[in-house]
Amino acid sequence: MFLLLAVGSLTVIGVVLGGILGTAARLLAVKVDPLEADLQALLPGSQCGQCGYVGCAQAAKALAAGDAAATATLCPPGGKATAEALAKRLGVSIDLSDHVERGPEYAAINEELCIGCTRCLKECSVDGIFGATKQMHTILVESCHACGKCIPVCPTDAITMRPIPVTLATWHWPKPATAH
Amino acid sequence: MQEYLLLMVGAILVNNVILARFLGLCSFMGVTTRVDTAMGMGLATTFVITVSSMLNWAAQAYLLEPFGLGYLRTVVFILVIAGAVQFTEMTVRKVSPPLFQMLGIYLPLITTNCAVLGVALLLIEGRMSFIESTVFAFASSLGYSLVMVIFAGLRERLALAEIPRLFAGPPIGFITAGLLALAFMGFSGISTV
Repeated sequence: MFLLLAVGSLTVIGVVLGGILGTAARLLAVKVDPLEADLQALLPGSQCGQCGYVGCAQAAKALAAGDAAATATLCPPGGKATAEALAKRLGVSIDLSDHVERGPEYAAINEELCIGCTRCLKECSVDGIFGATKQMHTILVESCHACGKCIPVCPTDAITMRPIPVTLATWHWPKPATAH
Repeated sequence: MQEYLLLMVGAILVNNVILARFLGLCSFMGVTTRVDTAMGMGLATTFVITVSSMLNWAAQAYLLEPFGLGYLRTVVFILVIAGAVQFTEMTVRKVSPPLFQMLGIYLPLITTNCAVLGVALLLIEGRMSFIESTVFAFASSLGYSLVMVIFAGLRERLALAEIPRLFAGPPIGFITAGLLALAFMGFSGISTV
């Protein structure tokens, strides 16, 4: 009797809670576009904003919705491999013949030209720039993901992109030309 | 009215869930590296503790007590808490996608936060009425959120401070937590229930 009561009550609670959750899952279901999720997985996810959208999630949403401004080539840091993968998933053909593949880069401030205006500081999406008003700024190379947003705001054109030098610590075998 | 006020002060400051009862320490150390995540965690936990305490009170009063099933308390409470957390997650996801994105992984992890089960067990132990237990649960979770935000603020400053290399990271965090608990012991001078 005791055993039955214990087993029965737990079963009843389990079934009731399961029922409520099952119903709730149906009523509160959120539609997720599978295309959008796939596209987001293909994007780098560094949220640099070079494509003109706030982050990769928003870019994937625009791509999935078929916005005119969003094309498979929208992601500059992704390079050729990302563009091809996006085009494949979207089922469109793109022309990459004049595409110039750039290696990993970082932004660097020419310290002789920096006037300490803090404009690039506000623009940096990864807080990778150090400095204060009227003081020289500097970019933390390990934080910089080369989104290039600081370049157009610099009033003295002091910021340039430089390729990350290959050292024993950063060298790796060449990657396959295309992503699968 | 006064007794509820006393109950609240007692639960928030004197018998703080984290610093006096030492419950929910994993989230206390885990998600307090930034103030806004600590705040989000605090809000979500507040909601879950309050709702699941109400449900657990009902389970205790209408199921476990009348049928003499007290030994099933832990299992039943965990079941109810897991259900409440799951339901909260679905609701937040539907109603407020930005909040869902902000809380992310923390939402399901509340199930395993021992503060939630601890508060439910404490109010059964205290033989509280429904209103008392709801007030107690809400106040306890407010105390939890308060300490989370305070500690996150401290750790944000610690991150910028010059700390001897031996103590950098978690060690100084634990020492700070101990000092904070000592400071909260000062509240035990306030007489409460």
